[in-house]
Amino acid sequence: MKAPARGGWLGSALVLAALVALWWAASNGGWVSRVFLPTPQATWASLAEGFNFTGSGHGELAAWTRDTVARMLQGWLLASLLGVALGVLVGASAAARAWLQPMLEFIRPLPASAVLPLAISIFGLSPRMVLAVVAFGAMWPVLLATVHGLATVDARLAEAARCLQLSRAAFIFKIGLPHALPDILAGARLALTIALIVAVVGEMIASQGGLGQAILLAARAFRASDLFAGIVLLGLIGFASNALLALAEQRLLRWQRP
Amino acid sequence: MVPAVLLLAFELYARRAAALGSDALAPVSAAVKAFAGAAVDGSLWQATAFTLGTAALGLLVGGALALAGGIALGLSPRAARMGFMTTELLRTVPSVALIPLAMLMFGFGVRMELAIVAFATFWPLLLLVQAAVRQVEPRLLEVSHVLGLSVHERALKIVLPAIAARLFVALRLGVAVALVVAVTVEIAANPHGMGYAMMIAQQSFDPALMLAWLGWIGVVGYAVNAGMLRMQQRVARRMGAAA
Repeated sequence: MKAPARGGWLGSALVLAALVALWWAASNGGWVSRVFLPTPQATWASLAEGFNFTGSGHGELAAWTRDTVARMLQGWLLASLLGVALGVLVGASAAARAWLQPMLEFIRPLPASAVLPLAISIFGLSPRMVLAVVAFGAMWPVLLATVHGLATVDARLAEAARCLQLSRAAFIFKIGLPHALPDILAGARLALTIALIVAVVGEMIASQGGLGQAILLAARAFRASDLFAGIVLLGLIGFASNALLALAEQRLLRWQRP
Repeated sequence: MVPAVLLLAFELYARRAAALGSDALAPVSAAVKAFAGAAVDGSLWQATAFTLGTAALGLLVGGALALAGGIALGLSPRAARMGFMTTELLRTVPSVALIPLAMLMFGFGVRMELAIVAFATFWPLLLLVQAAVRQVEPRLLEVSHVLGLSVHERALKIVLPAIAARLFVALRLGVAVALVVAVTVEIAANPHGMGYAMMIAQQSFDPALMLAWLGWIGVVGYAVNAGMLRMQQRVARRMGAAA
């Protein structure tokens, strides 16, 4: 979606402010039970305490946020590297594509979290297990995008490469991967979203320290303000990572536009 | 061909692991047997029906809201500008972050899963519907102005038929998202459906049943997605033929 022009920012900020005001009125006015909907002030207080803004808290939220972000980024990096590497292996030859594509198409719709029980029984409840599942789940969009990008290289480019007697590796690095880059970046963006989701689910199930576990425990203890603080943080993480990748995409693909 | 070879290799490997007393793996043949058992005693169909039904209901709620919201935002650029920041902020909230909140509000059961599926499908569909409405031929909208149609009539008589083909593309995406989210919610929290059945099989150290569920979830997901693709192609062809 395109960002609005200058004048639009003010209007959309006002709408957002109005929504927060509505939240304030609904929770303070008692329209909605505070068990479900804490007041914005209480949520802010939880955030401030968790991040130790005022020096009164312990800063657990900061540590959990770090854990979750680290897990998401590590899993995503692993997934991107593995996805591109395997994608090149599969996509570089038509025979491998024909053999493996049906299986990949079968695994693609499988929810990443469905692999969690299997991973738990193989690796046990460990941080490495969660990381493995994050990487596995986030790998597919990158892998399939790489395969697709390599498969759609213009036939004339492939012919030109043959005339120039480029080796297969040179063909992949000089023509194939640059051609697949837009697809790969789009896949990587999707992969980052998946990585965050799977990291949170993994923390919930495998009780690894992180925001996922924190919000689950907060809900069980009916600490709605802590729960909302966690949700706000996860939303911000999602927003920031998405925005950063969109920016990176714009930069990396600048050469494509005339 | 390749899957068959892999399955065979896994069968042999898992047989050895199982012979050594592994709680983690089971050979494919044992998984097939466990699958047949679940199919016979009915737990398979019950859990599958729960997951698919909840996913469908959630998609219905999320999709209907997205359709209404997307048409409104698509027809009015000003509304889209005003709502830009809010939608951008809310749509990046990972849907699983709402699992604890939904637990708190609805307890376990259909309603909680439904709410999360609806939230998760709402945002991508909202963007797709909005984009589809933007691409409606402007002259059609001008005609509706000339005819003096009300906003309601314009949405129903001009916009909806114009975006129908694109709606099916959006619907296919929505179905995929709904299914993934439903299973994820069941694995993480909700004690019903296919995801929970798989989780329980793992926790009771029954790897054969767990693998059977994993395979079945894969088959169901594949079948639903393939079915949606066929339907979309058929609809596209019919609409192309009519035009």
